[in-house]
Parts: sequence; structure tokens; C-alpha cells
Amino acid sequence: MSEPNSSSAAVVVEGLSKSFDRPEHQVSTLKEQVLQPFRPRRSRHLRALREISLSVERGEFLGIVGRNGSGKSTLLKCLAGIYRADEGKIWINGSVSTFIELGVGFNPELAALDNVMINAAMLGLSRREAKQRFDAVIDFAELEDFTDLKIKNYSSGMRVRLAFSVMIQLDADVLLIDEVLAVGDAAFQQKCFDEFEQTKQKNKTVLLVTHNMGAVDRFCDRAVLLERGRIAAIGEPEAVAQRYVDLNFSPAARTAAAKAESAVNLAPDADDILSGDGRAVIEDAWFEDSDGKRLTTLTSGADVAFSARVRFVEAVRNPIFSVTLSSSARIPLFSASSEWSKQPSGQFAAGEELVWKVKFKNALGPDRYGVTPAVTLRDGATLAARERIGSVVVTRTNPGPLVDIPFTQQLLRSTPADANQG
Amino acid sequence: MTTDPHPHGRPITGPGAFGDDAQHFWRLVWTLATTSFKLRFFGSALGYLWQLMRPLMLFAVMYVIFTVILGVGDGEPLYGVALLLGIVFFQFFTDSVGVAVRSIIAREALIRKVDFPRLAVPLACVLQALFNLGLNLIVVLLFLIFTGGHLMLSWIQFPLILLMLICFSSGLAMILSAMYVRFRDVQPIWEVITQALFYGTPILYTISMVIDKAGLPAARILLMNPVASAIQQARHAMVDHSYDAVGNVYGTLAGDLIPIGISVATLIIGLLYFRAAAPHMAERL
Repeated sequence: MSEPNSSSAAVVVEGLSKSFDRPEHQVSTLKEQVLQPFRPRRSRHLRALREISLSVERGEFLGIVGRNGSGKSTLLKCLAGIYRADEGKIWINGSVSTFIELGVGFNPELAALDNVMINAAMLGLSRREAKQRFDAVIDFAELEDFTDLKIKNYSSGMRVRLAFSVMIQLDADVLLIDEVLAVGDAAFQQKCFDEFEQTKQKNKTVLLVTHNMGAVDRFCDRAVLLERGRIAAIGEPEAVAQRYVDLNFSPAARTAAAKAESAVNLAPDADDILSGDGRAVIEDAWFEDSDGKRLTTLTSGADVAFSARVRFVEAVRNPIFSVTLSSSARIPLFSASSEWSKQPSGQFAAGEELVWKVKFKNALGPDRYGVTPAVTLRDGATLAARERIGSVVVTRTNPGPLVDIPFTQQLLRSTPADANQG
Repeated sequence: MTTDPHPHGRPITGPGAFGDDAQHFWRLVWTLATTSFKLRFFGSALGYLWQLMRPLMLFAVMYVIFTVILGVGDGEPLYGVALLLGIVFFQFFTDSVGVAVRSIIAREALIRKVDFPRLAVPLACVLQALFNLGLNLIVVLLFLIFTGGHLMLSWIQFPLILLMLICFSSGLAMILSAMYVRFRDVQPIWEVITQALFYGTPILYTISMVIDKAGLPAARILLMNPVASAIQQARHAMVDHSYDAVGNVYGTLAGDLIPIGISVATLIIGLLYFRAAAPHMAERL
């Protein structure tokens, strides 16, 4: 590994372009090639990065944000040397450690030690250096009891922890991290955050690809917004994060989202899962504002209502209605249910329809929330449930925490001045 | 480390076949090979035994059929050892190339996430097959000693024979593993070719039988295959001189150059083809 030299830039990118030719048929065969050597093969030319120029100072924490397919990961892979750029140049000053696609490349059949050794060999470490590193890696990942277990038997959280640990413990000068915050439990996220604080103190350079605007705001010195392979904005994290939110929920994006939805007035989610025994059907679900106008995006702090239209297929007594909103990390943040109301919901005949409405003050921060309504009975039977029937986006002018709990605050000084007054 | 002439540090050019440090490269090949070798051995309780069982079982079946029932090896001295040697050599060839074909795809997780010299992947397959060959050769050697073979000066040819076989196998491993990334029917095609090669190589029979039954030109064509000439030359040098040397079949010592030349050419083509394909492997997976 080369030692960092005197230049203050840690990463320099000049006019970087990268495109992919995606064949229409994913699998091409030799047979095809031999039988029809001159037949033009149809492929889609995809320009992932277009003339990106960028310079990152040593010790800088740079956030890279953008919508899916904007080129974030491609940029990181070019920097990591996994993709060869079509045009342009990249320089990196110092050693590099990467965390790409939720991992560092493990062989699932091997135990942790062998995987760490392979990883070390790929990065050019000697066996002795690698062995020394192993204990620190396991210690940081908190996997002491699982070192002999094959990676395939690890839970996905354990795998990510090990991978993150391998990356962090390399103690490289430049860290390239792709979407580490999208997985793992709250404790792991906290650990990542702690580690980010550390890297800042150690004057390491970090390039972090993330959708988590809170993290961008909290850690980044500067942020880059990519859109269709170009730099759409660069500068103050807060301003860039705002541009990102605008871009995602611009009027154009919103109408597109509105067009996509028909029966369901929420952005339809790919993993809408219908379950239940079919005694009731959730026909529709939507959000509305205090005037009853349907909403596709919610604003933090506003009074809103969630409504679900339910049709009963059979006669049902005292059904319970509920809804849960989960963050993009699939953590349930808000639940409402009719279970605890004083009055039981009563008797419903077959074919009867009703609308269940929940009003609440939206304390949720900006994110995309999965919506799961359900109709159940007190004995635990599920009549109808639509797991993640759709999702709703919450926006706010400034990025911030995931929940906005109303608070009051006061200052209680315990100085002599106070004592004198008393 | 020499001082970097560029003010911004190290240029990042993307992945290549070899990397820029030979020591790193070989350490990586070694680590990849030893870990998968260990995996194969310690995966089951009788790992080593199973490893030996494959060539030995094939040998036992072939031996019974060809000597007891068909009487093929009657006139040949130490036919059993010669047969086993052929099987073990051929197994090295199929082990190394057959596993290497799918190796890049099998190591997808690494290729997509880390910049490392791509060539290490197929070469690790060849090295792992070489470990197996070493273990199998111990059995061949014991067999040779117990059935009446004896130390000969010509044994010194063995490393050269092996080197030729390694060059040929490595070359094919590089070509086919790089091709497989683009063309997914390479593997079934290669399986068919391997099967044909098994019978097209003097393993069960000897080259003198080919000369007797099909004539000298046929024998010469067969021995152009480096695997065939490696087996034939090893039988001559290691087992008994009554097995024709490759040079004898061609009538001149220069005949040896044909399989050697083909091996070296395969290796060079393999290196060039793999080097051209390496930078774009990650995006074509």
C-alpha cells in the first residue's frame, strides 16, 4: 500500500464516465455466437456516470446521495477499482478499504477465520498481519462465540457486522462505504455511527453512499447529489439533502406516483402481501388531510388521517381494526388499533362495508413508510391483512430525526443566583 | 515503495488480471487454493480417503474390466501402475480445468466487491488440483514400488512432464473461465469434450496398441494432445522404458516439441485472453 503523500486531496476524480451494455437476453451462449456470428446483438446502452469530476480533501466525510439508479454505487465501484472507467481518471492518496453491496465478499462455506484470511490476502496483507487483525475484527463484530461457524449459518445481521468490521479494522486512509445503514438492527446502526465519529476524529476520509438523510446531516462535511449519472448538487449537506428530497417528491415525481396508483391511493408497494382467512377484505386504504383531501405525501407536523375501507364477506362480531407504519428500515414506528377503545365495534353482516378512520398528528420524520392495515378478532384470528399495502412518503423542509415527539423544555440553573432568589 | 510521481496519489485504473505485486498475487492464489482444499478435506470425516477413493475406484473397475475380462494389458509390464498413473494425470486435468470453468462465477461475491487480480481465481483451481495430484501420486508411487518398479535415472523427467501438463491446464483454465462469464453454455460443452478426451487419450490403452491397430499417424495425432503425451512420457520415464517415449513415436526427439509447443501456446493465449477480459468481469457477472 502506498503511503499518503503531501497533497491535501485524498480522492481526485476527473471527467469520469462509465456506461454498461446490457444485453436484452441476460444469458448469451456460445452456440448463438457460432451459428449467427454477425447477427447484431441487441443491447441497451446505459450511461451510468457522465463526466464526474470531484475532489475530496483528506479527513473529509463526503455523503453521496441520489435516487436508485443515479450512479452512486457505480461511482463507488469505480473508485474501489472494481469497475474500469471508460473515460476519465481517478487518484486515491493512501490505502483504501471498501464496503460494497452489503459486504466484502465472503465464501459462505467457510468459517469466519478463513474468510478474513482470504479478504486479507486480496488486500495484499501478509498472513501474520491478517492473523493479528482477525481478533480485532471478531471482537468488533461481537462474534466471539461464532468463529467456527460457517458464514452460511450466520444471520444476515451477523454477516453484515462481520463485513463492516473487516472493513473498519483494516485501518485504511480512505473508506468507501455503500449503504451500510440500510441493514442491521438499531444497535448495529449505533455502532456504525460511533465508528463514523471515530473515523472523523482519526482524520480519515470517508465516502458514504446512503439514503439516510439524517446520517448525511449528522456526519457529512459535504454531500454530492447524483442524478442520472451527473452531479446535480454538491456542497452543504443540509442543502444537498433538501435538493434530494425535492427531487424525490417534486411535482413531477408526485404525479408519476399518483398515476401509478389506481385502486389504492398510496404508492403501491412491490411487497403488498394479502393474508387472512378472507372473512373480510380491505378494499382501499389512503391518507387524507384535515379537509378530507387524499394525500400521497405527508408533511411532518400536520394533522392527518389514515382511512381503510373494509368489506365483510361473512357476518363478524366485534372485529378489531389496526394499522402500522414502518420506516424504510422496516422498524414499526406507529401503530393504531381499535382494540383498546371502550366500545366494541359491534356486529357486522355479510356484505357490509365500512370506513375505519384514524386521526393523528404526524410526528414522523422524512422517510418512506410501509403501511400495513389489518382486521383481526380478539381470539387472534386474522380476517384480512395487507402487509405493506403501500407506502407513503413523509417530507419536511429540513432533514432530521425519524420521529418528532412534541416537547417543551426549560433551563433549571443551580447557581448561587438561584439560591439568592429563593 | 517508490515515491509517487503524481501529486494526487495512486491512480485507480480498475481491476486487472495480475495486479502489480507478484508476491501479493501468489499469496492470494495460495490462500484461495488452501482454503478450498481444506474445505474439501475437512468437510467430511474421511476427507482424504474420499479424495483417494475416486481415482482408486475408477482404477479398480478399469483394471478388472481391461485386464481380467478383456485382457488388454497382458503384454504390458506393470500395466496396473501405468493405468493408475494415467487416471491420476487425467483427473488432475479435469479437476483443474473443470472447476476453473465455473470459478469466476462461483467467486462472484468476491469479484463484485473487491479489486484483486482476477487471474488468481482460475489459477487457485489449478493449484488446488495440484495438491490433489500430489496426494494421488503418493499412492501411485507406493503402487509402483510394491509391484516391482524401480528407481530410474529417467525419473528426473517427471517435473518437466508435470510442468507441461500444468501449462496446458492453466491455459485452458484461463480461456474457459473467462469465456464462461460471457457464454454460459461453455460448461456443458466442456463436459462433453472432457468425456471424449478421456477415451481419446491413451489411459485405458497404450500408444503401442494404437500403433498396432490404427497405425503410426493416428498415434502421432493422439500424442499432440499434451495430456496424452504427458501420460505417455510419464509411463516411459517413471514406470517402464518399454512404454514408447513421445519422441520415439514421432521418430525424432524434436517430436516432443509438438505437445510442448501446444501447451505453451495455450498458456500464452490463455494469459492474453484473460488479461483482456479481466477488467470487465465484475460488470458482466
